[in-house]
Amino acid sequence: MDTKKYVIKQISIFSENRPGRLASVAHALGEEKINILAFSIAEANGFGVIRALVDQPEKAYNKLSSLGFNVAFTDVIAVQMKDQPGGLFEIAKVLGDSGINIEYSYAYSGKKAAVLILRVDLIEDAIEKILSSGATLLEYSVFH
Amino acid sequence: MQYWDPRIEEMPEEDLRKVQYKLLKSLVCRLYSFSPFYHDRMKELNVHPDNIRELSDIKKLPFMFKRDLRDSYPNRIFTAAQDELVRYHVSSGTTGKPTVVGYTQKDLEIWTSSLARGLTAIGLGRGDVIQVSYGYGLFTGGLGMHYGAERIGATVLPTSVGNTERQIELMQDLGVTAIACTPSYLLHMGEIAEKMGVHIKKDTCLKAGILGAEPWTESMRARIENWLGIKAFDIYGTSELSGPMFTECAEQNGFHIWSDIAYVEVIDPKTGEQLEPGEKGELTITMLQKEALPMIRYRIGDISSVEEDICPCGRTSPRIKRIQGRVDDMLIIRGINVFPSQVEYTLMSIPEVGQHFQIIVERSGALDDMLVRVELTKESFSDKITDLMHIRQNVEHRLRNALNVAINVELVEPGSLPRFEGKSKKVIDKRVL
Repeated sequence: MDTKKYVIKQISIFSENRPGRLASVAHALGEEKINILAFSIAEANGFGVIRALVDQPEKAYNKLSSLGFNVAFTDVIAVQMKDQPGGLFEIAKVLGDSGINIEYSYAYSGKKAAVLILRVDLIEDAIEKILSSGATLLEYSVFH
Repeated sequence: MQYWDPRIEEMPEEDLRKVQYKLLKSLVCRLYSFSPFYHDRMKELNVHPDNIRELSDIKKLPFMFKRDLRDSYPNRIFTAAQDELVRYHVSSGTTGKPTVVGYTQKDLEIWTSSLARGLTAIGLGRGDVIQVSYGYGLFTGGLGMHYGAERIGATVLPTSVGNTERQIELMQDLGVTAIACTPSYLLHMGEIAEKMGVHIKKDTCLKAGILGAEPWTESMRARIENWLGIKAFDIYGTSELSGPMFTECAEQNGFHIWSDIAYVEVIDPKTGEQLEPGEKGELTITMLQKEALPMIRYRIGDISSVEEDICPCGRTSPRIKRIQGRVDDMLIIRGINVFPSQVEYTLMSIPEVGQHFQIIVERSGALDDMLVRVELTKESFSDKITDLMHIRQNVEHRLRNALNVAINVELVEPGSLPRFEGKSKKVIDKRVL
């Protein structure tokens, strides 16, 4: 099975935990006409990691790097969920039953459906299990 | 007025100077003959023991610096064989290597009697219970005070540092009358005691504090004395001199530097010239009787001035005033000496962080907090928070091991720390003493 088309490039940005950091990231992306499709901030003691799905990841990476930000690409997958009670459970159960660990995740609820972004330890396995359970994975072409 | 050794403590100044000259002359002759280090130093300056004909000739002798100890790690500068040594202490050096100090039996004896004189001068003696809350171990504070306090016949409670609640319980239960610790630790103790419902002023027998190992001020003294209902005495020393060594007397106006033990000069740190009594400069001390690790004209790096007028307490040796600062960038964090160069040296061996750093020192409550801000390198950035936490903990752990003091680390973005030429600007000291 071709699992590659389901692997989505997320950009991760290291950020000090102080006022204005998110604004500078967002401003830089706006200037380059890069659209943010989904994002989250993970916070630890004194610093944070901004994670975002954008329409032009390479351009975002180059722009932010040139401004001195620590940026990295991370592979994630995006699952389309039923926007109704129990939707998250179905996906979480598939992964849990297969022994796949979710490192982190965030979600957005769009016009058509709810989308769950997942960073897992075994990405290929996760793609296969999710597809064989009948759930829908979004291809990277949806985002980029 | 009580004296421990009235013969020397009250000796007329003129006689003290004769004693000092004799001790200096024999020290220089001994070192010139038996210490390759000192022999070479004197040769470089064209000084021979014959050139030392009176006490003031000391200014012909070469200076010693902390780097001389570091460069001869661990013991190449010692002038006693290992089988003559009875103890080592170790302090952190300015870079990766610590400095080792060694003691013969006689060295310990002199150290102990210096403290016995000082503790007697502040009014302590047989019947007192002295809690020693300086660290015991490689640090000189704990064991040094311990021996001095035992010598005067006081009962020692060797609590060392930490476990503050237990320290307060013991202070109450055993009727502690004096405590030796850093001034900030005593303030911390006072705060913890109040949380436990114990007011040191009315609920304990504490009457004196022998406080040192870090800079403090007259306003801190007033605060400690009023709040805790005790007399607070300053004590001075460094491991190169032996350890905590010279205290104030009951007058609380400068440390008595016993003339038969040490000769004190104040030096202009830029020119190396001697300054007049009363002028501020770098303390430079010659230890007149040390055997294992003689220190001649040792530039301590602390700034103070000498008071030669006879103290109202009747002791004839000169006094040095409260320490007013440093000539270098050394910091004292919770009683431990910290050099920014040690931080730099440690960071160089950790690939996940860059070489630039910033130190921020604050006082939270009564205790010092040191924060080191370091830049995360591009290569080591991981999207996983746990990886980043791990890097931070590793840096904290490595710095703690190198500096012997707890340090918080903050990871910052690459290129975000200010780049300075001078080292001292890398330190932001927000403490108000």
